[in-house]
Amino acid sequence: MNNIMIKVENVTYEYKSYIEEEIQAAVKNLSLEVKKGEFLVILGHNGSGKSTLSKMMNGLLLPTSGDIYVMDMNTKDEEKIWDIRQKAGIVFQNPDNQIVATIVEEDVAFGPENQGIDPAEIRKRVDDSLAIVEMTEYKKHAPHLLSGGQKQRVAIAGILAMNPDCIIFDEPTSMLDPTGRIEVMNTIRKLNQEEGKSIVLITHYMDEAVQGDRVVVMSQGEIQMEGTPKEIFSQVDKIKELGLDVPQVTELAHELRKEGIDIPGDILSVEELLKLL
Amino acid sequence: MIKDITIGQYFPGDTFIHRLDPRIKIIIVALFIASLFFIDNFYPYILVVGFIYGAVQLSKVPLKFILKGLKPLMFIIMITFVINIFMTKGEVLFEIGPLAVTKEGLRQAVFMALRLIFLITGTSLLTLTTSPIALTDGIEKLLSPFKKVGLPAHELAMMMTIALRFIPTLLEETDKIMKAQMARGADFESGNILRRAKNLVPLLVPLFINAFRRADELATAMEARCYRGGDSRTRLNELMLKRSDIVTLGAMILFFGLIISTRYI
Repeated sequence: MNNIMIKVENVTYEYKSYIEEEIQAAVKNLSLEVKKGEFLVILGHNGSGKSTLSKMMNGLLLPTSGDIYVMDMNTKDEEKIWDIRQKAGIVFQNPDNQIVATIVEEDVAFGPENQGIDPAEIRKRVDDSLAIVEMTEYKKHAPHLLSGGQKQRVAIAGILAMNPDCIIFDEPTSMLDPTGRIEVMNTIRKLNQEEGKSIVLITHYMDEAVQGDRVVVMSQGEIQMEGTPKEIFSQVDKIKELGLDVPQVTELAHELRKEGIDIPGDILSVEELLKLL
Repeated sequence: MIKDITIGQYFPGDTFIHRLDPRIKIIIVALFIASLFFIDNFYPYILVVGFIYGAVQLSKVPLKFILKGLKPLMFIIMITFVINIFMTKGEVLFEIGPLAVTKEGLRQAVFMALRLIFLITGTSLLTLTTSPIALTDGIEKLLSPFKKVGLPAHELAMMMTIALRFIPTLLEETDKIMKAQMARGADFESGNILRRAKNLVPLLVPLFINAFRRADELATAMEARCYRGGDSRTRLNELMLKRSDIVTLGAMILFFGLIISTRYI
């Protein structure tokens, strides 16, 4: 049994732009592996191809060339597509547009209902999933009365109820307020650490990226950098060159180093810096 | 105005009427509507009033709440009443200018008005005591025998669920766009009807574009959650007929059968 969750092999995704009638590549000859139980962050600014990549990871889009395997199943294999989508769930950006039903628990049940699971088992999964995202007390509520962070947690529970091994988050916090962002990030970390789910988090927030085990920086459809958060963010100049920011503390440490103060260049949190100074 | 319409709203509760199987409730309301149109003299209406009153009492929905739902429809009821009075031929009671009020017309008008009022109260009692989910489930199950002749029962129910889900979201969005356009000087309140309709364009265009975008994203999200139509789909809460449901249905068939038969006695 190998420990690869998702394997991306030399994948290119091309689409025709409507205005200029020319073929553009959103993802160019990209290879990547997501290990079991890993928390991988894909970082990039708008148009870097990170969303396209995420949609290819559970077969919503198929690569123009190259192959993607989810637990050794090729996403091009039509017979396996529902198994793939069950193994690799995906949570989208806008919480409003992924909630189907008018009651929270009915929405969480939507995935398992589609899989044809026994009602008693669905009930159990719904209750468990809502407990994990801490939304049990809202299970009879109407989704439109919840806050953004709560809605996104309901959406996460909806994916969780399908019992996936890997959850892909496509900029899950970009439409939320700061409180909502913290709620969702805590939930994601919990899923990784306590439930053992592999996580692929797509984001352009640096302070979210530092929470991952491994960071991949994408730009123009290609991987530009890869490594642990410390390795990535210590290269402040290169990150800035790619049009991205580093966390504020890292930037401060970087500036201090330039002024000749002797501190390491890979500081990621305020506490870390505080201890050193 | 929009808030005044109680039709389609759900009044949460846990009464006998609330617990009744949605399929049974839909059948009862259908029987109820049919019987309304069979009645041709006044006495059976006493039974109908008694039935509605009893049902409202059992459901613990405040009577006021139901009557409020009639208000926005009063206009339609009045028009029906007036047209029926003047447009029915028969024995002339008195004349106002070219318009003649006939005995048959008066009778017909009162009947029509009563029918409409009972029709609205009866159906709103159904939606008030049945959650949208239960209602669509009930409709799906009742229509499923017609799948054989090509009726897309599951798809219809899914469309209804999604429509109900997005009504509040789209209302909220309308409000937001309206405020945004008003902040830029749009005027939705003055001018004649034609002008006002024209002024709605900057509201409707973004609303439609957003609705399409939402539909697209929702479809992707549903696909990602393994949605592939109604076959082999299970439900979290399967509908189960209880003994009390069957007994109620039997009693109601007898009751409305009796009312309908009054026409032929």
